[in-house]
Amino acid sequence: MTDQIVLRHVTKRFTTKKLGTITAVNDFNLTVREGECFSFLGPSGCGKSTTLRMIAGFEDLSEGEIELCGRPVSVKEKNIYVPPEERGLGMVFQAFAVWPHMNIFENVAFPLQIRKLPKAEIVQRVKEALHHTSLDGMEEVYPSDLSGGQQQRIALARAIVTNPKVMLLDEPLSNLDPKLRESMRFEIKSLQQKFGFTIIFVTHDQSEAMAISDRMMVCDMGNIVQIDTPENLYNRPCNRFVHSFLGQSTFLHVYLKDNRVYVRGDSEQTLDLPIPENVDREMVIATRPNEIDLNRTKGFKGKIESRIFLTDSTQYLVRMGDQLLKVQTPHRITFAEGEECRVNLVKVMWYPEEDPGKEEERARRQLV
Amino acid sequence: MNLRRTRQGTSDLAALDGKTFSLDKAMTLVSFVLLFVIVFIPIFMIVYNAFFYEGHLDIEMFKTVVFSQDNISAMTHTVIIGLSVTVVGTIIGLFYAWLLGRSDIPCKNLMRALFMIPYMFPPFFGAMAWDMLLSGRGGYVNTWLMNTFHLAAPPFNINSLGGIIFVEVSYYFPFVFMQVVSALERMDPTLEESARIAGASQGTVIRKITIPLVTPAISAGALLILISSLAHFGVPAILGFSKQIYTLPTVIYAYIDRAGGSFEGIRQGAALSILLVFVVTMALILQKVVLSSGSYDIIKGKSMRPTLIKLRGAKYPLLLLAVLTLVLIVLVPLIMIFLEGLVKAYGLPLIPANFTLDNFHNIITSKQTMDAIQNSLFLSISAGVLCMFLGVMIAYVVIKIKPKGKEILEMLSVLPYSIPGTVLAIGVILSWSGQLGISLYNTIWIILVAYMARYLSFSMKSASASLQQVHPSLEEAARACGASHTESLKDITLPLIRPAMVAGFFLIFLPSMRELTTSILLYGPYTRTLGVQIFALRDSGQIPQASALAAVAICIIIICNFIVTQITKDKKGV
Amino acid sequence: MADVRFNHITFHYGKKCIFEDLSLTVEESQIMCLVGPSGCGKTTLVRCLLGFIKPETGSIYVGDRCLFDAEKGIDVSPEHRHIGVVFQDYAVWPHMTVLENVLYPMKKMRLPKEEMKERAHHALEQVRMLGYEEHLPSQLSGGQQQRVAIARALVSSDEVIVMDEPITNLDAKLREEMLTEIRLIQHDIGTTILYITHDQEAALQLCDRMAIMDRDGKLCQIGEDEDIILRPANRFVFEFIGVSNFFPLVRENGHTYLVAGEKFLYDECPPEIFASGKPMEMGSRLNDMVFDDQSPIRGKITRSVFLGSEYVYFIQLGNREIRMQVNALDVMQNNKAEEGQEVGLRFLQPRYYEARKEDHDESA
Repeated sequence: MTDQIVLRHVTKRFTTKKLGTITAVNDFNLTVREGECFSFLGPSGCGKSTTLRMIAGFEDLSEGEIELCGRPVSVKEKNIYVPPEERGLGMVFQAFAVWPHMNIFENVAFPLQIRKLPKAEIVQRVKEALHHTSLDGMEEVYPSDLSGGQQQRIALARAIVTNPKVMLLDEPLSNLDPKLRESMRFEIKSLQQKFGFTIIFVTHDQSEAMAISDRMMVCDMGNIVQIDTPENLYNRPCNRFVHSFLGQSTFLHVYLKDNRVYVRGDSEQTLDLPIPENVDREMVIATRPNEIDLNRTKGFKGKIESRIFLTDSTQYLVRMGDQLLKVQTPHRITFAEGEECRVNLVKVMWYPEEDPGKEEERARRQLV
Repeated sequence: MNLRRTRQGTSDLAALDGKTFSLDKAMTLVSFVLLFVIVFIPIFMIVYNAFFYEGHLDIEMFKTVVFSQDNISAMTHTVIIGLSVTVVGTIIGLFYAWLLGRSDIPCKNLMRALFMIPYMFPPFFGAMAWDMLLSGRGGYVNTWLMNTFHLAAPPFNINSLGGIIFVEVSYYFPFVFMQVVSALERMDPTLEESARIAGASQGTVIRKITIPLVTPAISAGALLILISSLAHFGVPAILGFSKQIYTLPTVIYAYIDRAGGSFEGIRQGAALSILLVFVVTMALILQKVVLSSGSYDIIKGKSMRPTLIKLRGAKYPLLLLAVLTLVLIVLVPLIMIFLEGLVKAYGLPLIPANFTLDNFHNIITSKQTMDAIQNSLFLSISAGVLCMFLGVMIAYVVIKIKPKGKEILEMLSVLPYSIPGTVLAIGVILSWSGQLGISLYNTIWIILVAYMARYLSFSMKSASASLQQVHPSLEEAARACGASHTESLKDITLPLIRPAMVAGFFLIFLPSMRELTTSILLYGPYTRTLGVQIFALRDSGQIPQASALAAVAICIIIICNFIVTQITKDKKGV
Repeated sequence: MADVRFNHITFHYGKKCIFEDLSLTVEESQIMCLVGPSGCGKTTLVRCLLGFIKPETGSIYVGDRCLFDAEKGIDVSPEHRHIGVVFQDYAVWPHMTVLENVLYPMKKMRLPKEEMKERAHHALEQVRMLGYEEHLPSQLSGGQQQRVAIARALVSSDEVIVMDEPITNLDAKLREEMLTEIRLIQHDIGTTILYITHDQEAALQLCDRMAIMDRDGKLCQIGEDEDIILRPANRFVFEFIGVSNFFPLVRENGHTYLVAGEKFLYDECPPEIFASGKPMEMGSRLNDMVFDDQSPIRGKITRSVFLGSEYVYFIQLGNREIRMQVNALDVMQNNKAEEGQEVGLRFLQPRYYEARKEDHDESA
């Protein structure tokens, strides 16, 4: 498998009147392999869209280089810059970017007409592309008569009609209904498996990224935090941010004394957990609400403070020490509010305490 | 179950106030009455007087006037000039719009500032200046060229159709420029980016994507140019009279002028007005059929920067071309006017030895001139203030109150926009010179009424635009917080549209300060406006004095413009 | 705190009936979520409560106060209803600072200056916006503006606050945080909250009680979250909450079969359901299915996707591809099923409803 997309030391700085100079993308290094579905995941302002636009060729680099299919397309030092129309990519945008003054056929045929292919071939390939995106027979329709989901399909058809090696998807599902979002993500994955192109998928929705990616990159405030498969990112997040960004998290502030683990606010009981190396006296334990064993016999003694029913599970808030632990169980496990229970932590990650300034910085970046 | 039904459930926020005499009902009533008196009556009077005489149908006069050779020729000129100005102006406007909206050409702010200048000055100043430079008899440039190159005949003749077209283009092309540059800036850049990813070069993107999508903006701007040119008086008057080149507005003026205020002359003017309105209506239909293709929803959501096209090698040559053209079109006439204002007599070489400040001094000493300045100030401020408030009120009635018959209100308020100033003037004369019991003829009030009819549509359009941006939920939130309907208007709606209202005031104040087309037909011995006085001075051969007064007018306009930009900067608006 | 009572409300928009004879009670100090698909009429009901729309019949009470009564001709104007509102688009006034926005309702109530400042401070503290008093809305992010809107609603009324889809426009993570915050705030001050949304997941997280409204403006079910999920009143409620698979059923030769291209024996189904003679279907939530080798309903796993807290399996059953969801903890304990594996399926909580013409998920 070849290296399809390579980023080396890619950096991008913006200077705005309001906020001074911001490093939107800081020293990104990553390699995407042929046929991979690779996601850029992170909150608004983390640098994922900017990186995608540099790969597409709509933004210049401040530093570094980008290679596509072995060919350098943006190299800052050598002043190499291949314009977007020569990069041979397919791209789908968040706002669909379907041209309102052309009907569906003209929209999807456009990239082929640019390449001056014979008319018969164009008609054939457009028909195929429409078939793969469930838009059969709609060549004469104009986009403004259609729903968001259908417009997004037009954009997809237009992107795949040239059989590109690489597809860039910039938050393509954000403007769709929640139920449609779910079904479209699997449609996109099917298309990828059928055609075999490499995908870079930008999103702020972690369940979306996890559903379709082979590997993911989590970024925060312009920096890459972790790159790995969805399973590894979910099961072994390298810090608190990644842990809480992917899936549900619940945290416990603990302290260590005499080689035992105590929950903050409770000096009587200890948590039965192995203590890893290199820990401070005060740490934060992170776990997933649905990976907690809530029972009546074994574990830390706690009390159910509240209970709500969700679609797929029951969610409890359990009082432990001076904190509340969020626990999710299947409906068949029931506790009443006020009842005493036992908490057995099956899988935990240990993290140091985080500094509060980070939240503010994230909010600031959203405004850029 | 005895359920008494109320009136079929209304969802009208304002109507819920329920009181019989409410603020909303009052505003609606006043709006209807106002528009009826200001707009409907003049228009009706024109139609009536063109075809009826003393109660009887009389088409003879109409036929004689409309089908006379001279008038047909005037109409032909009007159409030729209108179409030529539109086509050339659109091309130039498009070129600059693309240059400033999509390329990386430097000095954009400088060029934008230069573009605003044609907006500020009446085209007839430009006509005056170019006449002085390129007139066949004695234009400065012609004289200099003839002397230097020993030519037999003057190489340039501005007193021609071509000359009229040239001057009008230089003042009207910004209409297309503004519309298109604003559409380009608000357009979703991903529409063009997706074309580039698909393999289209920048040129192809412009051709196949950008231009089709801004076509509605182009046609809006082009229509504006066309209507303005068809209705325009000043430039054809100044450049055309000496060579007997007439257009419909100037020929109407000639009729009324020659008739010396007689009713017969005014009736004939009314007949010709109908012809002019017919031409303008044809233009409107033309736009709908040929150019208009519906508006596309292409406005972007998130604030994204459009990618600028790099000009590379072409950058500096284009910059040179752009700036030179601007200097030629914009600065040369201005400088000419100032210089001519300093000259002792027309025709003398423009060297310091021939300069004097007498012309400027005479402005202050001449009672007639000072009166003209005062009249214009009074008219502009009054029209501005009145139209500002009335425009907001009518816009509010149409957009928020939505009473029955709001379409009539809308139509009446927008109608004057497309009616030439000449025609409005005639309508106003016919309405308020005694026929209906009130006579305002030869007073300043008749001019004010005409201005209000003319400019109400301006302020209503801008008030509508800003009112529509005040989302209903903003007012509803205030109501839910305990504010009555009136309070929510005062605390929420008004502050949010105030910047637009102020802009609306100046939108009327500035054009009416320098206005000529309407007041040239309405002025009396003591009610000259600034524009009329300048025109009259020039007409009677006092060219340096006319230029000096024009120079003073320019200064007043520049100062007022500066005040506007200071006030409307950084406003916390919607 | 007060309760809110809608009694027999009817409203038409032109010829279309939005709702007819609708009654709903929001108990004092509770969060009641009114949930339904877009366009079903929930916003219209809110506007009736706020006084922007006048219903044709019925009455509306908040506590002892009558806000509207068709029979008695009572219709209190919006500014006198004293109900706090949070709109979907925040409706934070752009020309006023954060503090001015929050003070406004109290100014209209003509409270003494000291009290106004104190209440504003307290409200801003609850939404964690202290320190932003002099900011203009244009300097705030979406989430921050929403919090200002909530603070403003808090000072508008001690009795009732209405929230109309307040978090729809926010990022996924921010939505979750705001829900927790809203719940905490309500816990502190005990105001009655009527929360409108089409997002049933958010509603479940937030509510004490829920009311489900269908497309025609009818209230299908009112109850606690447990009731809505475990005991849905009808097919609409069942389908609206969560995702489900539906299978047509046929009865032949004394046996019941589940139809998916081919017929699968399904005798767990009680034969009484066919009593009406109408065609029937069985619906099952995605996570109410388990693997069972003994089951005659057999399919093949075509794809397995890891979603973090659960696994999604795509299973080819007959001529259909269905989805099934399994909790990650269960998978860890029972081993992950592999792609290509043949499996038997058992439905834990099947529900039986009449068949409908369009019984496949809506295509876009």
